[in-house]
Amino acid sequence: MADKLDTLNEIWVFIEQARQEINMSSWELLGEARRLASDIKAKVAGVLLGSGVESLQEEIFNRGADKLYMIDDEILKDYRTQTYASGLFEIAKKYMPEIILMGATVTGRDLASAVATHLQTGLTADCTQLEIEAETRLLKQTRPAWGGNVMATILCKDHRPQMATVRPRVFEEAIPSNGSKGELIKETISMKEADVKTKIIDYLPSEQEDVVELENAEVIVAGGRGLASQRNFDMLSQLAEMLGGEVGASRPVIEMGWMPFPHQVGQTGKTVRPKLYFAAGISGAVQHLAGMQHSNVIVAINKDKDAAIFNVATYGIVGDLFELLPEIIKAVSEYKSTKK
Amino acid sequence: MIECNIDILKKDIANKRLDMHIVVCIKQVPDTTQARIDPKTNTLIREGMPTIVNPYDLHALEEGVRIKEEYGGKVTVLTMGPPQAKDAIREGISHGCDEGILLTDRAFAGSDTLATSYVLSEAIKRVDLDEKVDLVICGKQSIDGDTAQVGPGIAQRLDLSQLTYVIKVRSIDLKKNSMIVERQLEDGRQIVEARMPALMTVVKEINETRYSSLSNLIKAAKYEPAVWNQEVLGLDTTKIGLKGSPTTVRKIFAPPPREAGEIINNEGESSKEVAEKLLKLLIEKEVI
Repeated sequence: MADKLDTLNEIWVFIEQARQEINMSSWELLGEARRLASDIKAKVAGVLLGSGVESLQEEIFNRGADKLYMIDDEILKDYRTQTYASGLFEIAKKYMPEIILMGATVTGRDLASAVATHLQTGLTADCTQLEIEAETRLLKQTRPAWGGNVMATILCKDHRPQMATVRPRVFEEAIPSNGSKGELIKETISMKEADVKTKIIDYLPSEQEDVVELENAEVIVAGGRGLASQRNFDMLSQLAEMLGGEVGASRPVIEMGWMPFPHQVGQTGKTVRPKLYFAAGISGAVQHLAGMQHSNVIVAINKDKDAAIFNVATYGIVGDLFELLPEIIKAVSEYKSTKK
Repeated sequence: MIECNIDILKKDIANKRLDMHIVVCIKQVPDTTQARIDPKTNTLIREGMPTIVNPYDLHALEEGVRIKEEYGGKVTVLTMGPPQAKDAIREGISHGCDEGILLTDRAFAGSDTLATSYVLSEAIKRVDLDEKVDLVICGKQSIDGDTAQVGPGIAQRLDLSQLTYVIKVRSIDLKKNSMIVERQLEDGRQIVEARMPALMTVVKEINETRYSSLSNLIKAAKYEPAVWNQEVLGLDTTKIGLKGSPTTVRKIFAPPPREAGEIINNEGESSKEVAEKLLKLLIEKEVI
């Protein structure tokens, strides 16, 4: 079926940038696109929209793009749905790539939905697994649904491009290789400022103390209801600080107001994949597991030996966290001081 | 003297009240915390699964009613679903909506997000013909599909200003047909001024939902929403239901469980011994 549709054999990755800084999810997508491309002998192309973004091309080529489609225009200075959707729609319609991948970020989801509507094609949200089906060359797009209880594999058979947003921190970043070259294709946008219905008045970065870089943290020390009070999170902060990590929390903790929302890990919070994830007093509801089960090493401490968290834990400890945590903190602190 | 008062009055009306018409789109969803898969057939066990109004949509309803209370006007609640989704409309009425419309037809079944946004946008067009729509509000996403695609789909089809992940409505100026909102991004807030009509999707933090008043509950219990089916709407049949959906589900399955490791402590071991054992393992794995 797929070969009847007149498309360009390319996989496009939308390169998401804000204030000339590229979102890490774009590198993950370039890595994944490269893997998929080898199955269908396609080219990997980045698509970059923005203002004053030409200098970003080098890193995009270094991260493995064969080509880069770029619209550099003042009208694209800030992300706005209307201008970005218009620009991306125009070039997608012109070249009609086989596949377009975007990060399942706030911007990626906002933009992908708008563009897919104009292209009248299928869009699969928040994929965690992508595969090319050998016999049909179709993109198998797998994603969690129903609160993470179910996985669904979605196909877009008769419409092009096949579009998907991909959950951040699920795929590995493409490793940069310096000095890589690629083909730059400059495009223009026809929309004029007078036609744009929105204006960005301001951007307010989160307060410093609210900035929690959970997605990029190598170590996360997370607590759940078992911590019993807000005060006990001090122990987690202490351990996190020693390990150069961040403090995470399960949803009940957020709902009880012990920790602010940016710390929430799980289906309705953040998806993380640190090297080390400590789960203290977290029972392991599916919604929480959905957000952290890709962590490299998981340590779980819970007094209930049947807690679901032990089903995903690399190392489980059944016991009283109020006795265990101080000892762990002590052991880690001694280890760290001998290393210095 | 009299003239002067009239002027003030006129100005007051112009500034404050025109009749604002808000449409809130909601979805009846299964309570996904109870979703299970039959391991033999790999199909969803739907039996006995209770339905609720999508939690994000409750905040959309609340925001619609709050805007109505501040600026005047009315709120129409809209849902697409099976006949029993009438209950969702009634819940909307109990939260303070003035009117409700249920879009239901076998021909709509199996619609993906593209087809769903088509049905909803055509229904909103019809509502708009009767009474001009200034603002459409949706929850940021549903908890069963989790796509966040239908709201934007409606905005694009109707050429509305698209405002997703709204955490605060700062102001609405009906005279200028413009509104200012705050959007919640990963690392901060974007303040956007948008021309109306607009569509916004809201996050939970935008408001606290209130309890329904007794009078609204009584009104809701007796409320019979308008029911629009394919005959009423006369939609392009190639754009609805399974046929109108570019995406198809190849298969569904239970998520593969992560391989569990080991419980590292034994009974009778002291916390100190366990902590040291853990430290050794973590050093071996090179994660600290």
